[in-house]
Amino acid sequence: MKARSKVAIVGYGAYIPAFRLKVEEVARLWGKDGNGLATSEIAVACHDEDAVTIATEAARYALASSKVDPSEIGAVYVGSESKPYAVKPCGTIVAAALGLPPNIVTADVEFACKAGTEALQVCMGLVSSGMVKYGLAIGVDTAQSLPSDDLEYTASCGGAAYLVGPASQDAIAIVEASTSYVTDTPDFWRRAEQCYPRHAERFTGKPSYFKHIVSAAKALMKELGTKPEDYTYAVFHQPNAKFPIKVGLMLGFSEKQLKPGYLAPFIGNTYAGNSLLSLAAVLDVAKPGDRILVVSYGSGAGSDAFSLLVQNTPSHGNPAPLVSQLVERKKYVDYALYAKFRGKIKF
Amino acid sequence: MGRVAVIGAGCTPVGEFYEKSLRDLAVEAALKAMDSAGVSKVDFLYVGSAFSQLVQGQGNLGALVADGLALQGVEAVAVEASDASGALAFHEACRAVASGEANLALTVAVDKLSDVTGSELSKALMAGVEQDYIAFTGVTLRGLAAILHRLYLEKYGVTHGEVASLPVVSHTHASTNPYAQYRNKVTVEQVLNSPVVAEPLRLLEVSSPADGAAALLLCPLEEAKKYTDKPVEVAAVASASGNFVLTEAEDLLSFKAVQLAAGKAYRKAGVAPEKIDFVEIHDSADVVGLISLEDLGLAGRGEAAKLAARGDLYLQGRLPTNTMGGVKARGNPGGATSLYQLVEVFWQLRGEAGRNQLPKAEVGLAQSLGGLYSFATVTILRRV
Repeated sequence: MKARSKVAIVGYGAYIPAFRLKVEEVARLWGKDGNGLATSEIAVACHDEDAVTIATEAARYALASSKVDPSEIGAVYVGSESKPYAVKPCGTIVAAALGLPPNIVTADVEFACKAGTEALQVCMGLVSSGMVKYGLAIGVDTAQSLPSDDLEYTASCGGAAYLVGPASQDAIAIVEASTSYVTDTPDFWRRAEQCYPRHAERFTGKPSYFKHIVSAAKALMKELGTKPEDYTYAVFHQPNAKFPIKVGLMLGFSEKQLKPGYLAPFIGNTYAGNSLLSLAAVLDVAKPGDRILVVSYGSGAGSDAFSLLVQNTPSHGNPAPLVSQLVERKKYVDYALYAKFRGKIKF
Repeated sequence: MGRVAVIGAGCTPVGEFYEKSLRDLAVEAALKAMDSAGVSKVDFLYVGSAFSQLVQGQGNLGALVADGLALQGVEAVAVEASDASGALAFHEACRAVASGEANLALTVAVDKLSDVTGSELSKALMAGVEQDYIAFTGVTLRGLAAILHRLYLEKYGVTHGEVASLPVVSHTHASTNPYAQYRNKVTVEQVLNSPVVAEPLRLLEVSSPADGAAALLLCPLEEAKKYTDKPVEVAAVASASGNFVLTEAEDLLSFKAVQLAAGKAYRKAGVAPEKIDFVEIHDSADVVGLISLEDLGLAGRGEAAKLAARGDLYLQGRLPTNTMGGVKARGNPGGATSLYQLVEVFWQLRGEAGRNQLPKAEVGLAQSLGGLYSFATVTILRRV
């Protein structure tokens, strides 16, 4: 899918909560071996943080990284599976917190871990069609995990926001094209009124994650006539620290191309924030002329692939922190405090 | 009773086949076996499966597979004996041919264990074990194997590394078997450092559930040359049940079912254990495979681990064992695993084992086990 008129990323921002829980602490509590997934720490939102506050932080940084006048933003789309309200939009709260005008379109979208890239595609369409000048796409989660389940070793909190606008010389990166690949594949789900998601163990791998990412990535590269060596960097959704490397190598990418966006070992899986946070980490170090492949994965299941061409580094004086700074800014909590922060103590 | 020949064989690779159904797998293997002998119709069909009723909720497999093969009208029989289902289905097919009732009998065995999550499967896998006193405790198959493992080390004074030599052999052989699920070679150190699944058993010492189907085609020996230049004779097939309740076994480190079935098979075939050129054993856990070798009379008590550690069980060794990777590394599709063993013996005897072909393969033995230790079928195949 190519936009009729070219669109670009004109600003971006990331946010990762400061608290960290070591995976070995989770393993200690449950008497298990947590090394299988190779993630060492997960980011933990405090009790006064949620998907909306994280989205707002990331969006503020996205605005700060651009020269866009907030009054020119016509759309806010928030992708998340941890909405604080089952019914009541996140987008309106974020828009209000940012001081955006009320004459905007907004909606929350959900597609497990790929909701954020889905929001990005919606904004691409709105900008490309001329319906809005700028659109704000946010992927964010405070991911849930059943105590003692495998997910507890990776489910994490964080998000990233992207300001999408018409392509111009000032834009950070042109979005060359985007392709999706979706099928009805029930590998992971959470039904209404359930606190924690369920998953189908090994089924989440080969027929789910790998099949969809590989299919979307290949379709996009075929559409553009690109090959792995045409990309400076590649970002694949990171549900754990093993899968993204494996799928990257399967598709013919090198570890060097994957490394700058490789966050899973340090912060875990931020679900809808995941691939967008990794893209932010790559944009932090990218140079004009670099090409980036981004492929998300959402259970249920589907992948969105994007090809980006970097034009500029964010302007000087950008007050937004680098993703690496957010990763390094951390304070450890034990399982007890984590359980309190994440609402796992029921009373 | 007439003499019986195997005239065709086929199997699917062992793995996780999320886009194929139980029937797809069974039909794929069956058609390969029928095509290899140029046969499009049979008069008896025996289908073995251990877990289809519990995993897929699918029973009545005889009619299911017959219909899948467009063989309506055939006498289709479903057979279940835990992991030995395939071998027992083969035994029943042999009986039908030997009695003169069947001219062409097809045996198919299938299981597809990737359709459910680990906890659901653990429960299903215990169906072959006594429920009132053993499964009731919550113990798993791997937990039971771990008990045997501890006792084996203690009683015979062998090292864990010696026991762990068997999966090293199996993985080495699987590495050159295109149908095998785990084609990675492993070292004893890697086995001993793999995660604990049930103390002291490590992940690389136990087989893991998989999907797969295998099939063999049988006819009277005197008619075999009509179908193939290289028929293989069923020298003997014998089944036996043993202790069903582990705690009632006189000796935990001996499988009575294997001893009894092996004794009958050697007598029927008129073959002594030392005349067996190679064996396929049921190494669902390494210690289970080692005890099996001992009960087959192919190693002294507590000696099987030493054979494995000394290298005697490799293709070029004194007693080639699990020549295509065994249950451990070829993969373990439940009730089909015991029919894979027979397909592999058939290939070795016909000189069709590819890179795993043994230079001398005149007489081969396959030993299956059901319900960890309570039922066994032992089959001896011989070149004609």
